[in-house]
Amino acid sequence: MLPNELTAERFDAYPSEARALAVRELPLMRQLPLSYLPLLLREVIDYDWKFPAERKEIDDQFSYLGAMSRQQLAARMLAFVQIKMSPALGKIDWVNDPIRFSEELSKHLWETHQMDHFRQASIAFIHGLHVARPAKPLPLARLAMVIIGEDVQTTNYPLFRKLRRQGTHFTNVLPANGRKALFQALQERASAHPIPYAHWHIDGGNVRTSRADIAAVSYEALLPVRDKLLSKMVNIMSGGSGPELLRTKLALMRPGEFGLPDQGDAQILSRFQLSLLTEGSGTQIFSTTFVMWAAREALRRAQPLTVLAHYTPRQRDAIIQAPTGKPPVTDPQSSLIDADIGAYYTWIDQQRLSGAAQSGFLAWFEAHKQAVAIGPKWKPGTTESGSVGLADVVKELA
Amino acid sequence: MNPWLRVGAGASPREIAQAVGRSRRDFLRQATGAATATALFGAYPGKLWAAGLARKVVVVTFGGGARDEETFMPDGQRNIPYLLHELIPQATFFTQVVNHGILGHYVATASLATGVYETFNNFAAVPPGFPTVFEYFRKGLHRPASDAWVIAPSNGFNRIGGSDHTGYGPRYAARVILPKRLLSAALKPDQASQYENLLRDNYETPLYAPELSGEHLQLPEMAELLRLSVADFRAHATTLASPDELSVYIAKRLMRQVSPSMIWITLHDMDVAHSGAFSLYLQGIQRTDRLAAQIWQTIQSEPEYAGKTNMFILPDFGRDSDRDPGGNGFQHHRTGDALSRTTWMIALGPHVRQNTVVNRPVQSLDLVPTLGAILGFPVPYAQGKALPEVS
Repeated sequence: MLPNELTAERFDAYPSEARALAVRELPLMRQLPLSYLPLLLREVIDYDWKFPAERKEIDDQFSYLGAMSRQQLAARMLAFVQIKMSPALGKIDWVNDPIRFSEELSKHLWETHQMDHFRQASIAFIHGLHVARPAKPLPLARLAMVIIGEDVQTTNYPLFRKLRRQGTHFTNVLPANGRKALFQALQERASAHPIPYAHWHIDGGNVRTSRADIAAVSYEALLPVRDKLLSKMVNIMSGGSGPELLRTKLALMRPGEFGLPDQGDAQILSRFQLSLLTEGSGTQIFSTTFVMWAAREALRRAQPLTVLAHYTPRQRDAIIQAPTGKPPVTDPQSSLIDADIGAYYTWIDQQRLSGAAQSGFLAWFEAHKQAVAIGPKWKPGTTESGSVGLADVVKELA
Repeated sequence: MNPWLRVGAGASPREIAQAVGRSRRDFLRQATGAATATALFGAYPGKLWAAGLARKVVVVTFGGGARDEETFMPDGQRNIPYLLHELIPQATFFTQVVNHGILGHYVATASLATGVYETFNNFAAVPPGFPTVFEYFRKGLHRPASDAWVIAPSNGFNRIGGSDHTGYGPRYAARVILPKRLLSAALKPDQASQYENLLRDNYETPLYAPELSGEHLQLPEMAELLRLSVADFRAHATTLASPDELSVYIAKRLMRQVSPSMIWITLHDMDVAHSGAFSLYLQGIQRTDRLAAQIWQTIQSEPEYAGKTNMFILPDFGRDSDRDPGGNGFQHHRTGDALSRTTWMIALGPHVRQNTVVNRPVQSLDLVPTLGAILGFPVPYAQGKALPEVS
C-alpha cells in the first residue's frame, strides 16, 4: 500500500488519541512519501503515552507540513521522494507495524548505499521544522546535575577531561552534604515549576524521591522487571530467533506484563521505564549504562528543565546472569570511568535542547572535592581552586 | 521522525573526514617525526622485486569498532602505546581509510576480505557473495587449503573463509578457526562457567547464537594440527583474559606449526562497547593494541615469517561520534556518520617504507587488490585499487 491509498479505517487499531490525530491528518498524510510517512506514524501510534514535549513535536510536524502549499510540500519532501524504495517495503503493513517497516527501511538504506542521503534529508527536514516552529522561551533555564564515583576512594583516571573544556573545573568543593544539596535543588525547582515530566531523578540505586512533581526512575527498583525481561529474552533467543525478531517482540511488550502500571497517565512513565530496558543496550545488566541511557532518553523525549542523575557501581562482569537473589560483585573504579563519559553525554544531550546557551550543568565526583560546572557564568577551560560549597555552585548555575 | 536529528548539519562528512586526517597527520608528525609519502613518493623498493616470492601476509582487523577519540586523538593516545611507539615508527600509516559499506562486523569484515561492499544480512549465516582474498590467493597461486587461514572472533563469522561465487567458492576457501567454538568443545559440561569471559560470542546481541554452517576446524584436528592436547589447550585458556587473547594464542600456534602464507586474524574484544561500559571498551582497545604488537613480535621471531611477512592492521570501521544525535557516541555504530566510516591502516614488513604517513583518502576495499599486488595473484572481482605506497 502507498500513502495515497490510506483510508481512515486503516487506523482502527490505533489507541484513541493516536487514531483521532491520524484521521484528522489523513489528507496531509496521503501526500507524504513512503520513505517518510511510516517513520512519522511510528511516533503517532504511541501518541497516547508520549510525553508532552513529544506530543508537541508531532503536532508541530503536522502543522509545519499542513501549512505548506502542494508545491512547498513537494519541495520539502523531495529528498525523501528521491530515495529509491523496494517493492517489498510497500507490502509491509506500515500503518500498524511501523517499527518493522523502519527496520526494513534501515536495512534497505544500508544495502543500497542510501543511508547518507537519508541522513542528510532527515537533518535538513528537522532543521527546517525548527526554523519554522521555534521553541518557546523556557520558564527557567535547564539544569542537569550528575553525581558519579560512589564508593571510589581514589582514582588516577583524568576525570571530567572532556567536560572541563566546556566550563570551570572545581578542585576544592566542599563534599559534605553534597548529594543532599543537589537533591534539594531538584526539589526546589520542581516545587517552583510543577510542570509534568519537567523534573527528573534518575538513579542507579534506589530512588528516594516519591513526589508527583518529580519523575523518578531507578535501576535497582526495576530489578524484578529486569529479571523477568531477561528471562523472556533468553526464551525468545533460545528458540532460534534472530536479533531482528527479538527487537520486534521487545517492542510489543507492555508494562502490565512486568507488573508496571499500564493504565491512565501512570503508564506514560512505566512505558518509558520499560523502553529503557527493551530498547537500550546493556541497560539490563549495567547500572551505569542504565543511568546514561535513561538520562539521554529523558532529555531527548521529555526535554526536562531539571535532571539529577546519580551513578552507582555497576556489576563487574559483562555477562547476563541468571537471577540469584544475591547482589552482584561490583566494580566502582570502572564504574567511575563509565559514569565520567555518561556525564559528558548528558551535557551533550542537554545542549541539543532549546535554551542550550542558558543551560546549567554540574558533574560532581561524589564525596570528593572535584566538580565541573558549565553555564553562562562559567568560562570554558578554567579552574577554580578556592573552597566552595556545592549548593553555592548550583545556585550560580540555576 | 527522530526529533534528535536536530543538530549535526554543520560540517559535511567529507570535511569531517578530512579534519580527522589532518589531526592524525599533525599528531604523527609531532609524535614520530613521520614523513609524508607524497614527499617520498618515487621509486618504491617494493616495485623492484618480484611479486610473491616466498612472501607471506598477516591481516589483523583492529575490531570491532574503534573510534579516533579513543585511539589517535589526544585523549585516546594513552590507549595505544604499542601502535604509536612500536609499530608506526616501522610502518606506513594510512590516515584516511574510508568504509562506505554496511557497518556490521561480519558484513564489513567480509567486505574487507572480498574487496567489494557486501550487502548481506550481518546476522545471517551466509558466505560472502564475491570471492574472498583467500580464494583469489589459493586459485591464483595454486596453493593448498593449509596455506590460508582465518581466525574468527565469533560463531557468526564461520562462513567468512570462502564465497559461493561461481569459479571460486569452497574449494578455494581458507580454513576457518573459531577459537571459542574449539574451547567450548574442549570443556566438560560443568566447566563452562569458569571460561565465561572467553566464550562471549557476540556483544551486539549477547543472547544470539547463530547457526553454524560451513567448514571450520574441529577440536581433534586442531589438537593434531597445532600439536596441542585438549587438556593443555584447556589449561592454557585459564590464563587468558579475553576472547582475543584466545585468538592470538591460536594464531601463534598456527604460525609455529603450520606456517601458512596468509593469515587473517579478526580481533573483536572492543565491541563490548555495545554494553555501554566505556571502561570495558577502553580495556578492549588497550588489549587489542598490545595483541597487535605481540603478533608483529611473533612474526619477527618465527623463522618462517621473519623478514618476509607483511602485516596490515586496520579497524573494520569506527563507532558513532559523540555529537551525532542519531547515536549514543562510543556505544554503537549505527548512524553511518563520517567518523564511524573513517579509520586508518598500518602496513608493516619488507619493502614498506617506515615511519611514513599517507594522507590521501583510500578505501577499505583497497586492501584486497593490495594483497594481490604484493603476493602476485589476480583479484578480478575486487572493486578497490592496489595501494602503490605499499605494493
